[in-house]
Amino acid sequence: MSDQIKNLTKGFITENPVFVLLLGLCPTLGVTTSAINGLGMGLATAFVLVMSNMVVSLVKNFIPDKVRIPAFIVIIASFVTIVDLLMQGYLQALHAQLGLFIPLIVVNCIVLGRAEAFASKNDVFSSIIDGLGMGLGFSFALTILGGIREILGSGALFGFPLHIFPTDDKGNPITMIVFVLAPGAFIVLGYLIALVKRINK
Amino acid sequence: MEYIVIIIAAIFVNNVVLAQFLGVCPFLGVSGKVSTSVGMSGAVMFVITIATIVTWLIQNYILVPFHIEFLQTITFILVIASLVQMVEIMLKKVSPALYQALGIFLPLITTNCAVLGVAILTIQKDFNLMEGVVFAMATSIGFGLAMVLFSGIREHLDLMEVPKGMRGVPTALLVGGILALAFMGFTGLA
Repeated sequence: MSDQIKNLTKGFITENPVFVLLLGLCPTLGVTTSAINGLGMGLATAFVLVMSNMVVSLVKNFIPDKVRIPAFIVIIASFVTIVDLLMQGYLQALHAQLGLFIPLIVVNCIVLGRAEAFASKNDVFSSIIDGLGMGLGFSFALTILGGIREILGSGALFGFPLHIFPTDDKGNPITMIVFVLAPGAFIVLGYLIALVKRINK
Repeated sequence: MEYIVIIIAAIFVNNVVLAQFLGVCPFLGVSGKVSTSVGMSGAVMFVITIATIVTWLIQNYILVPFHIEFLQTITFILVIASLVQMVEIMLKKVSPALYQALGIFLPLITTNCAVLGVAILTIQKDFNLMEGVVFAMATSIGFGLAMVLFSGIREHLDLMEVPKGMRGVPTALLVGGILALAFMGFTGLA
């Protein structure tokens, strides 16, 4: 049981896919202009991770070793298509914001990495827990990054204005816009990785 | 004229790495040396261009006529994965010299999101085949430009005194941020 708890919690700090393993950086940098976008992307990826880990673990004994990577990719791509269509149907605003990065979950190294490194060697239950842990760790990282960028760049968190910046004549907050633009993503992530390195030491 | 707009937009204004965040993994991973970045950029250009042509043909002659566009993600990733394999085998036979130069980078490209990203973007932007090819090539030139600039800076950074906690990836990301800031200067050009 303690093993399962470890599988679930390792994704947050010690083996965080973004801060420590440096996997899946494209969506990490691309969609985290606000906390809610980061959370949405994280949860979509987490869903794909859990489902693909489960299926890979279930079919691992039927797939010949030589074709396992293409087989894993098909399994992952199927779940990505499901997420894509579901979000298009029920969460249109978020889907429009995340755009290209939803189909790109397919090439997110975390998903294929966990299928290959964990699910193809372990039982179904541990694989689901591992997928859940890694997925939540990924969501955690994206939400933190999105939160910091949103606070600095838009003066808000999860869309609620925080009133921490001075306002101009029209009452709009004067924020550091660069943080919601492309450069801010690189800079905030750089400092966050340095911080997590420090914590893990 | 249209082509020039596509080329300038893809290389400078919407740089694939620094503005769209596609292909960040090889950008950070392989960019230690200028020579390897040049090799990687060459391999990426080769694969992106071929992949865009093939996926464009599949989209317009198979997926659309049969109304199975929802299979786009699955089809494209499989096509790209097998294409990379095929290119690798063919290069080995046809041009061993080129294979020597690009060989080690080819397997890495399957998981480079720039390849799938450009293939999907070409469809989303409703480009015709020729525009798609120009867009793909210009995007990979932009990728190469960012890679080479970045690795040039990193080669010098290795010689600098950097605070202990910031060594390696954190500094690399900060440099990426400053480069992205510089590329923002191109906004509005095309």
